Amino acid sequence: MKSYFPKTEKQAVRDAYGQALVEWGGKEERLVVLDADLSQSTKTVKFAQAYPQRFFQLGVAEQDMMGTAAGLSLAGKIAFASSFAIFATGRAFEQIRNSIAYPNLDVKVAATHAGITVGEDGSSHQALEDIAVMRALPNMHVLVPADGQATREAVRLAIQTPGPFYLRMGREAVPLIYDADESFAVGGGKLLRPGKDATIVACGVMVAPALTAAEQLAQEGVDVRVIDAFSVKPLDRELILAAARQTGGIVTAEEHNNLGGLGSAVAELVAAEAPCRVLRLGTGDRFGQSGKPEALLREYGLTATDLARAVKEL
Amino acid sequence: MKIDPEKPLWSERDRFVLSKGHAAPALYAVLAERGFFPTEELLSLRRFGSRLQGHPDCRKTPGIDASTGSLGQGLSIANGLALAARLDGAKWHTYVLMGDGELEEGQIWEAAMTTARYRLTNLTAIVDHNKLQIDGEISAVKLQGSIAQRFGAFGWHTVEIDGHNYRELAAAFDEAETQSVPTVIIAHTIKGKGVSFMENQALWHGTPPKPQQVQAALSELGRESK
Repeated sequence: MKSYFPKTEKQAVRDAYGQALVEWGGKEERLVVLDADLSQSTKTVKFAQAYPQRFFQLGVAEQDMMGTAAGLSLAGKIAFASSFAIFATGRAFEQIRNSIAYPNLDVKVAATHAGITVGEDGSSHQALEDIAVMRALPNMHVLVPADGQATREAVRLAIQTPGPFYLRMGREAVPLIYDADESFAVGGGKLLRPGKDATIVACGVMVAPALTAAEQLAQEGVDVRVIDAFSVKPLDRELILAAARQTGGIVTAEEHNNLGGLGSAVAELVAAEAPCRVLRLGTGDRFGQSGKPEALLREYGLTATDLARAVKEL
Repeated sequence: MKIDPEKPLWSERDRFVLSKGHAAPALYAVLAERGFFPTEELLSLRRFGSRLQGHPDCRKTPGIDASTGSLGQGLSIANGLALAARLDGAKWHTYVLMGDGELEEGQIWEAAMTTARYRLTNLTAIVDHNKLQIDGEISAVKLQGSIAQRFGAFGWHTVEIDGHNYRELAAAFDEAETQSVPTVIIAHTIKGKGVSFMENQALWHGTPPKPQQVQAALSELGRESK
């Protein structure tokens, strides 16, 4: 099988997001983009410069942005609405629920700055519950891209698949994992590394450390499978159930509260259909805080070393 | 409004957003009279399996352009519709009806800034100013002062009329067409108008009348019960 390992080259997924919007702007006439005064940070500014007529600035008003996106979609547009993950999914949760998810509209909530790796801004700006709340909405798809190529694919899938999407992206530059021709699917994960002793299922920024942890463990004679759960909802059932049956134990890793995120999704599936031990690594049931991203990942137990230790605990 | 009951999803139709979604029964009655669905179906209101949900549902009911019910969200949706029409160079117009109690929601004012910022003159807003909300008079609950002055300060053209007077209503819509900024029509109304025991009573905001009260109300309105 094809082998994957974090490359030395890095890119912030939000940069890939901004570029992907510009590329699709030329191909998809129905595409419109909205932002709430954070376009420089979410990188929708690139689309705003390329297609000013199809970019809408809503100001510091996320609830209004979601409603406006709903209206644009009701008139046939495919609307991407961007902000930081905490404001997009927290401040505007009920607008997303009632005005977007319930009527099953073509609104793609594409949020950046998710998780503790937001860093210095601290807890108020670090969404750690966004996967949980978006996952609990009927009709909603949840994609968590791990690198630039996964992000380009997430944008493509969100444009080409009808219905509401949540795209969860981080702030920091992360190692490239995929080549530019790697394709993804809604409901599809990626088997990144075969293994028979245990499985690490990770998403987003935790995919690269998962691969590093598997390499460390290999040197100690532990053969670990690694899965990128790119599509958190719907989850890749077959890939995860096969891992549960064939490796007998799963460690999940995400930059999110341990309650309700990827770990919960995996545990819910496995508990019903292929029971095995599932250890969920996340930020615990804690809020974030200010600090360098690397220091925070250490504090919250989300380094490759932490993942390797968890695998051994299985 | 430019609408066609035979083609409820006609792309060139005018759009109507009932931001005060709890008034759905009134909207359903109008849609049925206009031929979007049989008037007999009105009796299925809020029942299990009915297309007539407790609050408007654009996926279930012909003629409903936006799902609403949670207050404060309709003006944003209407703005999105109007932006899309402008982008497409389309001629259709968007109308949005808000309640006065609903103006206590902050999102309305976020949206009011957006309408003005984009000068969405292809949108007309109406406020049903009946001065009552569930817990009582709006001024006793929260909202103080002039609604028209508020919208004026947000950059809108405002017209205040008697909401029960069709001539004033028609004139207000005509006046809106000639403006260079969006227009809101503040329609002063009496909740329960024409039924002596219902007028200006907050109780009737969400309370169905008993059969005898229905008879009494219809007789005061000079209508036969069907």
